[in-house]
Amino acid sequence: MENLVYAIILLPLAGFLINGLFGKNLPKIFVGSLATLVVFASFCIGVYLFCQFDSDSQPVIVKAFEWFRIGGVQINFGFQIDQLSLMMIMIITGIGSLIHLYSIGYMSHDKGFYKFFTYLNLFIFSMLLLVMGSNYLILFIGWEGVGVCSYLLIGFWFQNWEYGKAARKAFIMNRIGDLGLLIGIFIIAQQTNALDYLSVANNTSKFSVDSPVIIFITASLFIGAVGKSAQVPLYTWLPDAMAGPTPVSALIHAATMVTAGIYLVVRSNFLYTLAPTVQSGILLIGLLTAALAAFYALRQNDIKKVLAYSTVSQLGFMFVALGVGAYTTAMFHLMTHAFFKALLFLGSGSVIHAMSGEQDMRFMGGLKKKIPITHITFLIGTLAISGFPLLSGMISKDEILVSAFAKSPAYWGILFVIAALTATYMFRLYYLTFHGEFRGTEEQKHHLHESPLNMTLPLMVLAVLSIVGGFINLPHFIGHGHYAKLTEWLKPVLTDESFGQMEANIAGVSFNTEMILLGATVLMFFAVWFIVKNIYVNKKKLALPENQYTGWEKLSARKLYIDEIYNVLFVKTVEGLGRAGKMFDKDILDPAVDFVGEGAEDSGRAMKRFQNGNVENYVLIMSLAVGIILIVNFLLQ
Amino acid sequence: MDSTNTFIQTIPLEYFIILSSVLFCLGVLGVLLRKNAIIILGCVELMLNSVNLLLAAFSAYKGNGDGQILVFFIMVVAAAEVAVGLAIISMMYRNTRSVDVSIFNKLRG
Repeated sequence: MENLVYAIILLPLAGFLINGLFGKNLPKIFVGSLATLVVFASFCIGVYLFCQFDSDSQPVIVKAFEWFRIGGVQINFGFQIDQLSLMMIMIITGIGSLIHLYSIGYMSHDKGFYKFFTYLNLFIFSMLLLVMGSNYLILFIGWEGVGVCSYLLIGFWFQNWEYGKAARKAFIMNRIGDLGLLIGIFIIAQQTNALDYLSVANNTSKFSVDSPVIIFITASLFIGAVGKSAQVPLYTWLPDAMAGPTPVSALIHAATMVTAGIYLVVRSNFLYTLAPTVQSGILLIGLLTAALAAFYALRQNDIKKVLAYSTVSQLGFMFVALGVGAYTTAMFHLMTHAFFKALLFLGSGSVIHAMSGEQDMRFMGGLKKKIPITHITFLIGTLAISGFPLLSGMISKDEILVSAFAKSPAYWGILFVIAALTATYMFRLYYLTFHGEFRGTEEQKHHLHESPLNMTLPLMVLAVLSIVGGFINLPHFIGHGHYAKLTEWLKPVLTDESFGQMEANIAGVSFNTEMILLGATVLMFFAVWFIVKNIYVNKKKLALPENQYTGWEKLSARKLYIDEIYNVLFVKTVEGLGRAGKMFDKDILDPAVDFVGEGAEDSGRAMKRFQNGNVENYVLIMSLAVGIILIVNFLLQ
Repeated sequence: MDSTNTFIQTIPLEYFIILSSVLFCLGVLGVLLRKNAIIILGCVELMLNSVNLLLAAFSAYKGNGDGQILVFFIMVVAAAEVAVGLAIISMMYRNTRSVDVSIFNKLRG
């Protein structure tokens, strides 16, 4: 058991080291296969461990060594294997290995091929560290590690100045969140004298519900989650992060890294249950994020930007679930979202590959016949995220909607509208890309081709997962909860209070209400599908150039000018500070330093004339000085 | 020794002080005004010896030998200094055929 746990995390590290140190001189096929195989091997071990576990198993702590001891706090470098970390391990390595496989094809023409796989392996390693660590500090190492990898991969094509800027933006915005996380960790250590999840969980009895300390801790941790999971107000980095290669967008900026915030909150459920105030805050931020991002996605024309805002919006859904205390629901949506969003991103990568690098949907269209496998899988992804009955996205999103309804019908109403927006922008994306006439150049049309098998295979696997992924946690009115496998599975991770809160919340919704809500969502889905199809296929209405947008379309395309507002509020302020600092340095500090130096030089030049090498002068001056001293001495007496 | 001291003490101390002061001033003036390195060296010796004289006189008046011991030290140091000084002067003369200090101003800053 212990060795297997080490193997899971050390295999990607080995891949990283081998590819990073020797990859330059190794053949591409070896580099790609090695990187893919180490991740796949980790996945297999994860599945093996999963089979050893059941929903009653106690967490297994693998202590590698005592890291350090400071004050009364002992920090071990160790790993915690339990239901939650196993689930995350399988998502990360499973989707990770598919995306590695896909990247072999996608990146085959790139000069930085070995570098790309080195970074990807390092990312998998850091992400595993994040979810496997047995205490908050190891989580923090992984947290920073994935941040660095994200930075490196967003700026992978760093020769492009804009891409480099996007990478820096992501890094800096994440840093703001990380500070919150770090402060939260410090306070936990100070309050409970421990950082291990298990010890902290056992020490929570000293916190009273909604006491200032617990609110401070949970809010700080949540700020970390806001940064990493791209919530309001720190979400603007994620759409820009699309500058990275598409497999990176799929792996890091949709399926895994951005869900670290969800993981953090679920992992700390024993703290959040004690802070209902913060939970309401999470709920509101989630709602706001989901709504804003869905609104922006309506009029984006870059295929990846739509998906990016969709990701932000879906993460908002997950935070809404966390806000109402439905931890397992959030994890469920995290998983299904990882399936269909990775599928959509990889599909869009395949489209971009076919279109020779074109990302603007206005120049696509009619790709249905040209790239059939991509089309079918992309359609499945679209249906899954929009809520086609019984596909994974519909089941998990319905669970969130029901939980929100139990809290307040108003929340349900907002989420319902957002879900409608989701279906709208996804079908707009789908119809603009795959239907109608081809609107690109002749040259692009000539080059159109289906991607090779190593790219379409991950698409097919993910499509199957997007279809069946929802069945592991069917709504509990089917079979009276016996089929809600995921909820059962994750139960030991939650404290009794957390689980009780969740159960009590759901218990308020009767069977009939739930059926009505479900019916409404399904009806909404088909209505939206019909309308959007009518607009974009039958009426052949195409996306206009951005300068012809008016009213809300302009607001959506320009993202409510939030980037511009941030630019004025923060970037310009910091730049102003920098300019003031420069002025202080140049006009005050520099002259002061120069004055000291020049003063010494000038006085030296003045004294130089006495040092004329003429011995008689020296003696004269000396005797005069002695004489003066004597006279003064005499007068003073 | 005692008889010498008694004899010296018959001369007023002021005479010694005035004589040494005059000798010292002559030495200083010599150093200041003359250009010949050897004479300057001689004048330095004059200053040292005026001090020696004063030390010996005070020693005699006080009746203990401390001052005279110091005089021996000064003499030894002065001898060493003259040896070095004359060596320098002779090198200067060999190189420039002159002992005029006013032309040796190579050490100016």
